[in-house]
Formats: sequence, C-alpha cells, structure tokens
Amino acid sequence: MNTAILSDSLLILVLGWGGIFVVMIIIYLVSMALMKLFPADKDN
Amino acid sequence: MEILATAADVLTGGVLGLAAEPGRIVMILVGILLMYLGIKKEYEPTLLVPMGLGTILVNIPDSGVLMTGGEPGPFQILFDMGIDTELFPLLLFIGIGAMIDFGPLLASPFLLLFGAAAQFGIFFVIIVAGLLGFNLADSASAGIIAAADGPTSIFVANSLQSQYLGAIMVAAYSYMALVPIIQPFAIKLVTTKKERQIRMNYKPGSVSQTAKIIFPVVICVVAGLIAPASLPLVGFLMFGNLLRECGVLDNLSMSAQNELVNLISILLGLCVSVRMQAGEFLQLDTLIIMGLGLVGFVMDTIGGIMFAKVLNIFRKEKINPMIGASGISAFPMSSRVIQRIATEEDPGNFILMQAAGSNVAGQIASVVAGGLILGIVPGLM
Repeated sequence: MNTAILSDSLLILVLGWGGIFVVMIIIYLVSMALMKLFPADKDN
Repeated sequence: MEILATAADVLTGGVLGLAAEPGRIVMILVGILLMYLGIKKEYEPTLLVPMGLGTILVNIPDSGVLMTGGEPGPFQILFDMGIDTELFPLLLFIGIGAMIDFGPLLASPFLLLFGAAAQFGIFFVIIVAGLLGFNLADSASAGIIAAADGPTSIFVANSLQSQYLGAIMVAAYSYMALVPIIQPFAIKLVTTKKERQIRMNYKPGSVSQTAKIIFPVVICVVAGLIAPASLPLVGFLMFGNLLRECGVLDNLSMSAQNELVNLISILLGLCVSVRMQAGEFLQLDTLIIMGLGLVGFVMDTIGGIMFAKVLNIFRKEKINPMIGASGISAFPMSSRVIQRIATEEDPGNFILMQAAGSNVAGQIASVVAGGLILGIVPGLM
C-alpha cells in the first residue's frame, strides 16, 4: 500500500469535505442574515 | 487495372481497418447502446444521443471527424475549442443557474448542510482510487464523478489533465440518468422503513426578491474567498441565476435556459466522443474508473443519510433521513426519487419541498467541491 497516496487522500478528505462544510455554513449564516435584513413584506 | 485495385483498396480500407481493430466494433456497439439508452429509455437524451452517434463516428477507421487532410477535423476542433478551454461546461452552467430557484433553500437554509454531507462519495472514491494505484490527478477526477454534476466533472477532470476524461464524462452523465435506480438501492441499504416514513412539517417562508438577487452575488464572494479555484464554476452558475432573479433580463434568462443549454448540449455531446476512441477507452483502468464513479454515487447517498441520522440524535423534530440523500447535484431527479420512495412507504408523506431544497444545496456544494479539489490537488502533485 502506498502510504504517501493514502495520507494525501486523507488530507484531501479533511480539507475538501471540511472546506465544503465551512463554505456551506457561511452561506447558511448569510442566508439567515438576508432573510432577516430583506423580509418579503419589506420588499412589497 | 491499377486504378481498379486502388479503388478496391479505398473502398475496402474501412472494413479491413475495422476487422484489424475489433475494439472499434465494440465502441460502435457502445455508441449504439448510448443512443438506445437516450432514445428508448430517455436517459439524458440531450447528451447520450449526440455522444452515441459521435462514438460511432470517431471509431470508424481514418475518420474525417478527427483528422481531415492532415488537419484537425470538426470534432477535434470542437474539442479543442470547447473542452480543452473548459468553455462548454462553463457556458452550460449559465443555463443551469438560470433554471435554479433558490427560494426553497433560502426559506430553509439549514438544508444547505445536506448538500455538503452528500459530497462524501467524492472523497471516498479519491481514497479508494489512490489505494488501487491511480495517481492523485486521476483519483480526484474519478472522485468528482460522484459530484453528480456533468459540467463540474468535465471541468475538474480536464483541468487536472486526467487521461480518463472520456470515461469520466460518460460515467457522470449515465449515472445521473440512473439516479432512480442507484438511490433507492442505497437508501434501502441504510434506512429502516420507519425512518423512511418520517413526516416533516414544511413551513414555507416567503422570500423577498432582494434576497434572491443578493444571494448569488454573496455566494460568489464567499466561495471565491475560500476556494478561488471554484470561481469559474460558481461564477457562471450564479451569473445564470442572477439573470433569472434580477427581473430585468427575462429574455436573456429564457435564452440561457433554452437556446444556450440546447446548443451547448449538442456540441458537448458530439465533441466528448473524441475521447471515446477504442484505443483510449477500452482499458481495464477505464472500467475501474467507471465502477468507482458508481460507488461514489452510492456513498454520496449514504453520506447524506448518515448525516441526517446524526442530526436526528440531537433534534426533537426528526428529519426524514432521505432528505440527506437528495443533497446530491442531480436536480430535480434526486428530489423526485426521494418523494416517490416517501410516497411508496406512506402515501400521505409529502417531503418534496425539503428534498428540492437539499437537492439545490447539492448543486452549490458540488461546484464548491470541484473548486476545492482544484485548489488542493495540484499542490499535492
């Protein structure tokens, strides 16, 4: 087993999957803020 | 007499060439199969039909679509212009972005997390491919099949210069078409009937147009700051969405959703077949890559479901774990499949809106995943 490739793949898992969660959590927070700052009734 | 012999050589050259390389005959049969799946089974016909005919054309010996008189033929030119430059998948994203309504997602933003969880298959495949001996670029390109997102798969595999681009494209699009078969199998593997029957309350919160306009711009900025390599994908997707939501470019939005997507699909399907030549395609490695892609789709589904199950440990109001499964990018097919299974288990169970929100989240997450892989992998090679 090539341990270098395995460790690289695990690093990609941590940085990649973790990175997606970080981006999605930030978008989640931004979405909450958008819904608070620009409620539908204010638009109308 | 000599002229007759030359004419006979010319006329029989193609047949003799085919007989000398039986792999070409196999690929022509693959082309016919792709067209059959597209026409008869209606699996992604916009891509499988041109790709099927293209596969036949490129596997005819001395095919003029690849080389004409020592110069690149039309398919090769299209490939160089549209795939090598990564322009076709990106242009396709404008149309896809114009088709997406982020409203349900903005109304229930916690669904974004399922989009992230259901990308697990990508990373699972990267690890397995690495263990099987593939280099990092090919492992990552095989993994991105599990993004369930054709344009992203093409963009990433081409950017990493994977030699398996043809197989990756075929796998990405054919597995997307097979979501109604793959997902129920994976879902039933890791959920109980009782879990699939969980009902969820849908509280539709109305979303303002201002929020819908700002949302794509914010996503570009956030994704760009964290994963700048994702910007071509995210930027084109969100540009398409901005056309849809801004309210003053309806004509452009409709053109992007219809004419642009149709034209690019025709050209993309044809030029993808450049990588479907027998010598390149009929290798054991190629079949392994396609098998890994299938495993990735299953693991995406399982990843999303397991995430929902973990959340359920802490939540009073339980989530139907199938919502996690719809966090893949195959929109709207996955959410429809989830609703179909929910109805089979409990005819009164309606979870389509939550599934659609999770499915849209999967679209954002898949392009972010592609960008992050492009940001991380070259640094490790």
